[in-house]
Amino acid sequence: MTAPDISGCAAPDQSAPIPAGVDLEKETVITGIVNNAEGEAVGGAYVRLLDSSGEFTAEVVTSPQGVFRFFAAPGSWTLRALSRHGNGDLVVDAARGVNEVGLKLAA
Amino acid sequence: MSRDSALVSADWAEKNLDTPGVVFVEVDEDTTAYDGGHIPGAIKLDWKKDLQDQVRRDFVNQEQFSALLSERGISNDDKIVLYGGNNNWFAAYAYWYFKLYGHGDVVLLDGGRKKWELDARTYTTDVPQRAKTSYTASAPDVSIRAFRDEVVDAIGTKNLVDVRSPDEFAGRLLAPAHLPQEQAQRGGHIPTAVNVPWSKSANEDGTFKSDDELAKIYGEAGLDDGKDTIAYCRIGERSSHTWFVLKELLGKENVKNYDGSWTEYGSLIGVPVVLGDEPGKA
Repeated sequence: MTAPDISGCAAPDQSAPIPAGVDLEKETVITGIVNNAEGEAVGGAYVRLLDSSGEFTAEVVTSPQGVFRFFAAPGSWTLRALSRHGNGDLVVDAARGVNEVGLKLAA
Repeated sequence: MSRDSALVSADWAEKNLDTPGVVFVEVDEDTTAYDGGHIPGAIKLDWKKDLQDQVRRDFVNQEQFSALLSERGISNDDKIVLYGGNNNWFAAYAYWYFKLYGHGDVVLLDGGRKKWELDARTYTTDVPQRAKTSYTASAPDVSIRAFRDEVVDAIGTKNLVDVRSPDEFAGRLLAPAHLPQEQAQRGGHIPTAVNVPWSKSANEDGTFKSDDELAKIYGEAGLDDGKDTIAYCRIGERSSHTWFVLKELLGKENVKNYDGSWTEYGSLIGVPVVLGDEPGKA
């Protein structure tokens, strides 16, 4: 089954290139793709960014290609994905610049 | 107000998609979500294009709101069911508008788009055609809207609730973490404001927590029921969500939303600002 395209939701297009005005010397970007248990990209998943104490910080919806992106700060973060196909978690130690991760949903 | 009169469940919504006099309205900052699929029968409102004045920094006035709803085919006696993405931030903002302009029957769909999606309920891309109406908005009810001078006067005297994330409250971030951080205004918060992030009031699926859980959260944060309350965030949409919780779900009196929020306050000359995790002194 193909999930409907529900990208957007107030977050900038998640698969678009990082805007030219964003200074990667200063920003800490956490980005990646949500995949299901079969390794297929999952669009329309909700990805939540939780801080090191587990407190909610931000949430985006993945693009049709399964891509998500956060502008955070250096440190330890937890990514939590929710979708109609299942959920998944990942702990990330982010450094300044672009941090690329993969986030897998449990079947 | 109470939960029964301000909120409907996704199950209720699904059973009332075709009920005459019930109008579903999706509200978002980015309406591509609506265009890609929405609740059957729902119309859309664009937070920026439809609800904000396109010249002055303010939202649409009484005449503009009347014209907008007339054009979208909404009547004064319709039951409006608002929902959207971002855990209903912009739907709550629109709810606050509908109340400000005196609409009688308006509710939020608990969980918004997220709950609808996680439940794997149906979407459509069909856009309904609604005949134009002659909607009449009431004069704005400013008892639920706070302006900047009132906010400065509230320091140390009223409950100020900063509903942004802890890092924004402390001045470590200037915007939510899904947006680029470069901005001109100062970071920090209004002195004496307590930090109760909006997310504390919502479950993971976007639905609101129970009344008991909500009362506990704001009680423990030190909200004094003997005082008036002003909620703020960065641009006034997350604080609409908390205004909804305090005023409409918990039924507290004298709760205002400061829609100017941090983008206004953090750019004012000469006002006090506190950095760090503590509320600070008046």
